Amino acid sequence: MSIRYNFGGDEHIFGEVSEEMSLTSFFTGLSMTNAVQAANIKGVTEICPANASFQIRFNPDIVDPHDLLKELQSFEDAAAKSDPVLKTRIIELPVYFQDPWTHETCLRFRERHQDPNSTDLEYSARINGYATVDEFIAAYSGQPWFVSMVGFVAGLPFLYQMVERKQQIQAPKYLRPRTDTPKLTIGHGGCFAAIYSVRGAGGYQMYGVTPAPIYDPTRKVRYLTDEMCLFKPGDIVKFKAIGRDEYDATLESIEANRWEPTVRNCTFSLKDFNADIYGTNAKLTELLNGR
Amino acid sequence: MAVKVISPGLSTSVQDLGRPGYYHLGIPEGGGMDRFATTIANLLVGNEPGAALLEATFMGPELEFEQPAVVAVTGGDLPPKVNGVEQPGWESFAVKAGDKLSFGYLKSGARAYIAISGGIDVPLVLGSRTTYVLGALGGFEGRVLKAGDVLPLGKGSGKAGRSLPASYHRQVTAPVELRMVPGLYWHRITEAAGKRFFEDTWKVAPEADRIGYRFRGGTPLEFVPREPPFGAGSDPSNIVDACYPYGSVQVPSGTEPIVLHRDAVSGGGYMMLGVVISADMDLIAQLQPHTPARFAPVTLEQALAARAERRVHQQKAEDYLAT
Repeated sequence: MSIRYNFGGDEHIFGEVSEEMSLTSFFTGLSMTNAVQAANIKGVTEICPANASFQIRFNPDIVDPHDLLKELQSFEDAAAKSDPVLKTRIIELPVYFQDPWTHETCLRFRERHQDPNSTDLEYSARINGYATVDEFIAAYSGQPWFVSMVGFVAGLPFLYQMVERKQQIQAPKYLRPRTDTPKLTIGHGGCFAAIYSVRGAGGYQMYGVTPAPIYDPTRKVRYLTDEMCLFKPGDIVKFKAIGRDEYDATLESIEANRWEPTVRNCTFSLKDFNADIYGTNAKLTELLNGR
Repeated sequence: MAVKVISPGLSTSVQDLGRPGYYHLGIPEGGGMDRFATTIANLLVGNEPGAALLEATFMGPELEFEQPAVVAVTGGDLPPKVNGVEQPGWESFAVKAGDKLSFGYLKSGARAYIAISGGIDVPLVLGSRTTYVLGALGGFEGRVLKAGDVLPLGKGSGKAGRSLPASYHRQVTAPVELRMVPGLYWHRITEAAGKRFFEDTWKVAPEADRIGYRFRGGTPLEFVPREPPFGAGSDPSNIVDACYPYGSVQVPSGTEPIVLHRDAVSGGGYMMLGVVISADMDLIAQLQPHTPARFAPVTLEQALAARAERRVHQQKAEDYLAT
């Protein structure tokens, strides 16, 4: 492993594990940021893992940038050798695919899309080799996803599907970004899914919406009272495709503040996963059905 | 104990010195874009340097005081008026109950900092009173001010007539020079493109806010050809989504550089050419659209020297006010 380091001005160190996305690179980045966290280095102010890279922010009046870089480099061997085993959790998230709101938004911005004559779902299904939108949705919600980064705006997760590379769903971003995206839209750009935590501009293809808030600055939603953001890097997410009736019912119980997502603690081993991807995923998703 | 917003100005929000520690969740540090002006405004009215104040962009608000207070306005030259009578900038002045504070036209700079003795007493959220508008977090109800808002004030003990002489204010030269440490994905562009990037004079675009400042008018970048890495996307300016440093200079599609500021989006999929040094971040806060600007490459060592120089400058100003 060789991480490419760079000083980002006088307050950041940027570490790129690899140019391309892979779970191995994500885990290396996460091991590095976990090591920085554990080392409790004076002067470090922000520790941000990303998909295949990471960033450390520091106060150079407190810690010398070159000393900090040397310290980071000293964590590399341990990060590379560590058997990537993560104590994490799997979260089931209901998603109403082909919903009327993203559909309406998608029609409103057709002239900014690669293929103005298809919907985002039709276009993405076709370019990924699926005969129908239903088959595409089945693939999208059939296997779990890793939260490989949280950011852009508050609480927005980037998700990387836990399948082999040839099965990865890929889609370009809109030619020109939209000025609007419904809140809690499930979007896709490059090889990443994202959940728009707030309404706003966006360039990802739009496939559906979840009724479940994932960011609550007022901390009133019952499962967001401690942490205002639902997701953190390393979480595993399984989408559960739901229809209009279940969407409406879930929304009603969210509005009454009675609903929470199914969350189970789990352990993830990258080695086991690479040896048997679908077997590992099956075991993880079984947890959601158990107690 | 409050101040009422009669008219909010163009974009006025409650800010302090920021909310560090949550960038990994996509919540930016925020805080007054011009840190020097934020600190000095507070010190002039007898507040802690990081008390909550108002940041007004391009146009001032109109405020009505429900009780006597001491006020100071720093940053861009946006002349304050009490009941229509102009007051000096960078100097504390007293207001009485019922007085109205309004502002004349902006003469220079882009943002004014309005500190009131006692500070704006909105609740602390994640350790700060800063408004993060995109995430509807903190400040006054998580948003910019509206007419009719009533801002609670803390208990203050400021004195009128304290001022910071003009020799302590930072002078903005034209074209403004923004120093940056090249790096990050600098290797994605050709040598000729890199040379031109620094030679060109850019102009601040109308899309310039607390998230970032866009620049236009320079030569589009020429990229080094490549096979796109898996997951990056097909545009030559795409990368696998990564963290964005504060001050980072991203160039979507290689055309218009954007410098991310205090309310930065924390990450994304565009290559960055480097990062504007911490000492020049305040400068950006005071740039109006159409201002000519150039980027100048510096080393990390030069960036650290500039940072130290800025710190000494601020310390001298603070020492002056402490005497």
